[in-house]
This record gives sequence, C-alpha cells and structure tokens, in this order.
Amino acid sequence: MRIEKCWFCSSTIYTGHGIQFVRNDAKIFRFCRSKCHKNFKMKRNPRKVKWTKAYRRLHGKDMTQDSTFEFERKRNRPERYDRNLTENTLKAIKTIDKVRSRREAKHIERRKKGKKAQEMREAVKELEQSISLVKAPSVLKEDPSLTLPKIKVKVSQEQVENQPMEE
Amino acid sequence: MVQYNFKKITVVPNGKDFVDIILSRTQRQTPTVVHKGYAISRLRQFYMRKVKYTQQNFHEKLSTIIDEFPRLDGIHPFYGDLLHVLYNKDHYKLALGQINTARNLISKIAKDYVKLLKYGDSLYRCKCLKVAALGRMCTVIKRIAPSLAYLEQIRQHMARLPSIDPNTRTILICGYPNVGKSSFINKITRADVEVQPYAFTTKSLFVGHTDYKYLRYQVIDTPGILDRPFEDRNIIEMCSITALAHLRAAVMFFLDISGSCGYSIAQQAALFHSIKSLFLNKPLIIVCNKTDLQPLEGISEEDKKLVMEMKAEAMKTVIGQGGDPASDQGVLLTMSTLTEDGVIAVKNAACERLLDQRVEVKMKSKKINDCLNRFHVAIPKPRDQKERPPCIPQAVLEAKAKQAAEKEKRRTERDLENENGGAGVYSASLKKNYILANDEWKEDVMPEIIDGHNVCDFIDPDILQRLEELEREEGLRQAEEADDDFEMDGQELTPEEKQALAEIRRKKTLLIQEHRVKKSTAESRPIVPRKFDKDRKFTTHRMGRQLSSLGLDPSLAINRAHSKSRGRKRERSPERGANSGDDMDMDVDTPNKKLRLRSSSRSRSTSRPPGEIVPGEGFKDSSQKVKAVKLAKKSAKKRNKNARRGEADRVIPTLKPKFVFREALYRKRRR
Repeated sequence: MRIEKCWFCSSTIYTGHGIQFVRNDAKIFRFCRSKCHKNFKMKRNPRKVKWTKAYRRLHGKDMTQDSTFEFERKRNRPERYDRNLTENTLKAIKTIDKVRSRREAKHIERRKKGKKAQEMREAVKELEQSISLVKAPSVLKEDPSLTLPKIKVKVSQEQVENQPMEE
Repeated sequence: MVQYNFKKITVVPNGKDFVDIILSRTQRQTPTVVHKGYAISRLRQFYMRKVKYTQQNFHEKLSTIIDEFPRLDGIHPFYGDLLHVLYNKDHYKLALGQINTARNLISKIAKDYVKLLKYGDSLYRCKCLKVAALGRMCTVIKRIAPSLAYLEQIRQHMARLPSIDPNTRTILICGYPNVGKSSFINKITRADVEVQPYAFTTKSLFVGHTDYKYLRYQVIDTPGILDRPFEDRNIIEMCSITALAHLRAAVMFFLDISGSCGYSIAQQAALFHSIKSLFLNKPLIIVCNKTDLQPLEGISEEDKKLVMEMKAEAMKTVIGQGGDPASDQGVLLTMSTLTEDGVIAVKNAACERLLDQRVEVKMKSKKINDCLNRFHVAIPKPRDQKERPPCIPQAVLEAKAKQAAEKEKRRTERDLENENGGAGVYSASLKKNYILANDEWKEDVMPEIIDGHNVCDFIDPDILQRLEELEREEGLRQAEEADDDFEMDGQELTPEEKQALAEIRRKKTLLIQEHRVKKSTAESRPIVPRKFDKDRKFTTHRMGRQLSSLGLDPSLAINRAHSKSRGRKRERSPERGANSGDDMDMDVDTPNKKLRLRSSSRSRSTSRPPGEIVPGEGFKDSSQKVKAVKLAKKSAKKRNKNARRGEADRVIPTLKPKFVFREALYRKRRR
C-alpha cells in the first residue's frame, strides 16, 4: 500500500481514491479525483493551471529546492525490518514535516513582504530624478530638500479696503 | 480407420450455370478494354488470353468433378456395391466418362483456336475467332448437361449415406419386413429409426452405435428382405444384401414368432435358408422377437422344427469359428422389444460372439505380435522351486525407511491448520519464519503510511545523522531570519517626501495617458492650430496655475503674455480687475464680440447650441453643420439584432408561383 501523488495537482492519493490511467507506452498517470482526470483528458498543462502545485512551483509561489525534500525518496530495494530504525524514522518524519512546513511558510511570507529595501531605493532615485516635474530648478536651488514647493500666496489689498465697510 | 465421407464432394453445377460461371469469370478476370489501334501482337495476345483462360477454367472445374467422385473400383467393395445398387455402376461410369471427354474436347478446341489466333490480322477477325472458340466450348458443356444433372443428384444422395466403417466391429440386423429390427436398434442405440406398421418403413441402411466392454460397436439396421429370387430383388432389398455380403459383421437374424408381421415362420425359415450362404464366416444369432405376443414354447411342432433347423445352421457357424461347441446359449435367443425383455441379453450375446470371432482372427493373423500385449501378460515358467525376489541394495532400503520416518515425524502446516479448527477458522502466521536481527520483532506491525507520507520512502540507515544536520541548519536559519527582521526597519521617507513622490507619479501617469490618447487619435483627428482652440485649454490662468504649482511666480509670465496679445481697453471696474484675473483672462482671449458678451454673463459651464459653428471645425454655415451632425448620428445607429429577416435577407417568397407552374398544374388536373 502506497500513497501516490496526483499527476495533475500533486496532491496525495490515498488508497481507494482516484483513477489510474495507463498509456500505451506504459506510463502511469494517477489522479486524485475526477477534476484532475477531466482536466487531463482536456489536455491541459498543469504548469498553466493556477491551482496546481506544478504551477506554483514553476512560478516561484512555493518553495522548490530544499534539503528536506531529499529525505523523501522512493527506494526500490526493500530493507530488512529493524525496530530501532523504524522508530527513529517515524520520529524523524514528524520533525522533518515540521521543518518543511515552517520553511514553506517562511518562503511565502518573504514573498508577500515585498521588496522593501529595493522599493526604498527606487523611490529615492525617482524623487531625485523627477523632482523637476513638481519643483522648478530655481526653487530647488533655494530649497534643496526633495519636497513640494511652498506656494506663495499673494496677500490682496482688497481686504484692507473692505474692512472699514464691514465695520 | 478411414471414414468414408462423401459429404466433401463439391457441388456440380448444371449446364447453364456452368457456362455462366466460367464466362463471367473470364469477363471479370481478364482485361476487357481493347482498341483497334493497338499493335497486332497485342490484339492477338488479348484474345488468346481469353480463350486460354476459359479453357483452363473449364479444365479445372471438370477435373475437380472427376477427381472428387469416388472410383467404384478403388473403394471398399461394400461401398462399391452399395453405390452400384443405388445408382447403376454403368450409368455412373458413363457420366464421368462423358465429363472426361468433354474436358479433352475443350482442350482441343482451345488449342486449335489459339493456333488460328496467332495468324489473325485484324481486331475483328481475332474477335470472331475468340467468339467461335468460346461458343464451341459452351456447346460441349451444353451437350453434357444431363450428365451433370445426374451427377449432382448422385452427389446429393451420397452425402446423405450413413457413414459406415467397413472395418470396425459391426452388427447387422436382417430379417423379414416388420419383424422388429428398427425397434431393436432404437432400443440399444441412440438411433431414431422410424417404426411403422406397414412394410418397408426402413428403405435404406441406418447406423447406430452401442458400447460393450468399453468398445464401440456399429449396429446397422437394414430394410426388410423378402423371399424372392436374386434377380427380382428391388434396390432397397439389394442394399441389405450388399451389407450382408460385404461387411464382416455379426448377423442377427430376426424371427417374428407371433406372425404379426404378416409372414409365417415357414416363410421366414425359407428366407433364412435362401440367404444362409451370405452368413459364412460370420457369427450368426437367431433372435426370436415379439415373445410378448407368443412365447417360444407355445409355437406349433412344425414351426419348432423349423426353428431348430435354423439353430443347427447357426451352430455350424459357431463350430466353424472354434468357439465352444457345447454351448448353445449365444445362438438362439428370445426377446421382446415392446416389453424390453431380453433386449440387453441379446445385444450382449451378439457383441460377445463378434468379439470372440475377431480376436480369433487376429490371433491367427500375422499382426498378432502387435496386439498380443492387449490380451495377456506372459510369465515364464518357473524352472525350480527357488525363490528369486527382486534385488534392492541396502542403502536404498535404509534411505527409504528414513524418509518414511521423517514424513511421519515432521509436522506440516496443514496438520497445524487442521488442529486449530480447519481451513476457514485458522489463518497461518506468515511471519513466523522471518529472519530478523532480533526475534522479538517478528510480530511487529509496521505502519506503512503516516501523516500523508510513505514510511518506506524515509527509511535510511543514517537517518539520525541527517536529522541532526537538518536541525542544526534549521537553528542557523532561524537566527538569520531574526537578524533580517531586525534590519528591515531602517530608512523611511518623510511624509513630505512621500507627498512629492505621489505627485510625481501622478503627473507621470497623466503624461502617459495623454500621450496614449494623442497617439491613438493622431491619424484620425486633424491637428488644430492653437488659435482655434475651442476647448479653451491654453489660457494664462492655466499657465499661472501650473507655474505656481512648480513654485515659481507666474505674474511676470502672465504680464508678458498679456502684452504680447492685442491691446484693448480696460472695460472692467477696478474691483473686477483686482480679482485674480479670471474674467480678465477670459476677456483677453475672446476676440469676438459675441463670445465676449456670452462669457460675461456666464456662470455655468460653456455649452453651445447644436448648429453653432466653431471656426476650427471647417463648416461653411450652421445648416451644413446640422446636416453633418444628422448624418453622423444616422451612421452610428444601433443595428437591429432581433434576428428578424430584413430586405437584405435573401428569400424566395413562393417556391412554386402559379404563373410559372401553370402547365404542370393543368397536366396534373387533367389526370
């Protein structure tokens, strides 16, 4: 009894689930549910279908290379049963799982955080270069800070005249 | 054992069909197209091919007929005679002979005409020769048509003959009509022969098979024989006579003691004596049938005497074969097919007699050595009283004994199973012979799947070590990440800088949008010179705004712009003039009086009446503009997409207009 991976979405297929398709060249395609199967029959490429793991890995949304992936490898030669080894393996699986999931979460977090430093640098550069769009060079010479120019308001003499009337 | 199977003879077509078949085949299988312009050799070849092809086909078909029909001299005399009886030998041979001559004639015809065709000088002549050749061949076939029909009938009849093997164990049943021969055969075999009260119900030979001592016996039912001189016999009787004459079989002569067949015992006895010559060298059994109507003891003295005579004759055959002369059990038997009384006994007796006779014959023949092992095992005569048992060496004896002991001692899995409740209850422990480092682990149940992973994929002898490395690595990573997070809160832009950045970006997007609009409409819209700027974009007010947003003082620039334009009288009051100059700007830029007037009372946004001309648009007068506007609106009308047919859709309103089809209509009416 083995848990397989769905060929389309890379999710785990437990026993009793899904469909296996064997092609004429003896390549086996396993599907976890009819959704994946139908997509396959429509000849869709999983690397282009957004919700599959293949797409996510390809477009860097999920972690691709990591040392935790190397622990899980299909071994073709059966090993003689050893109780201690099996015990250790079972414990190891748990920790490896934890480590891997933590790393994946970190990967996604990092991706979402954005490139703050880079953006900062870009903003500064843009300000320096294009400040002339908002601030005239003569004004910039007087006030070298990269801020909007202070608009001089003309104080009108009208008010002075009106005041006695209002009184 | 050769089976005489006449079912495999191919159908003989009748004359007309024969000719049709061959000619149509020639038509199909040889080239058909020829023109008189071809080279003469090609024409000759074309027609020669046809003639030869036809001849070959006739030859082939006639040969198959001749070969497949059996040669009466070459088959078993029983079949030869049977066929002679049924279909006269002479007629049969004649028919086949005619076929043979026809074949030769056709070959000759073909040869002659091919020779003639070699010197044909035109298409027409060659064609005539070919026609003549084919015609003559077909006439030959037409002449033998009656033979063909006769042979076809024979073939059909032959196919239905019973398949009798003349060399195997056979029992023949004969006697007067209606004595009970067919009922007997129905009883002992699976044959289903018709039984009726009238004479000559059975008109031909029937075969059934029965078993005795693990051997198969053929039982042949014959039509009844009447007591007549040989020459007067009809075909049906001749069938049974042939069978009697040629088959080496046990003969059962049936006697009807009760006389219900319509013939007295005397008549039957007379028949017996007339055909007893046919019973030579055959085990003969006299069977008295219908004992339910009249038991054997109850017949009259004369009849009994006749019966005893027959029995004596039968005994002679027994003696002649070297059987036990003293026993007369197997010679005269009684039975009743109706009550099935004694039927089996009769059959057994017949089979036994036949078997004995055949064994005797075999013993005397040269082939005895092949068959002898089937009869008995020879043991040499002991020459003295000494015991000579078979010699087995000691070592082998010991080994055998050991093996036997072992077999008893060893406890098999099956024994275990039986002890613990049998097949359904006990399930064998497959793990008990495992070879492991520690025997305590034998009964361990190892999980194959845990948390969505296959455990077997992770098993590795140095997994602990690798796990340690991983954990160390993880620790390092976590430390790094903490540092990174700490560093992250560094520089930030001040809110004023942020504002400036936002402003810059906004301006940039506006520029891009404008550029895009301009780019897309550059070819379709004319470039209007600035003096006909109907949207009134380029005002000093705007310039002033833009300059002041950049931080510069616009007043100088505005004054310069004013001075450059035409000078005018100041009509405004100082109040109005003192205002930031909105209305004044309007004044400056509107040279026309009309526009000025309007602009002065404007408090709402500028909109024009539909027909008003604007200098930049290029219309002559307002009526032209109105027309142009109307046309534009018309062209942009929405299409009716209600899927209704319009004038543009091609349609024939009436498929059969009356004025066109008047003639046809009248014709129809007239009918």
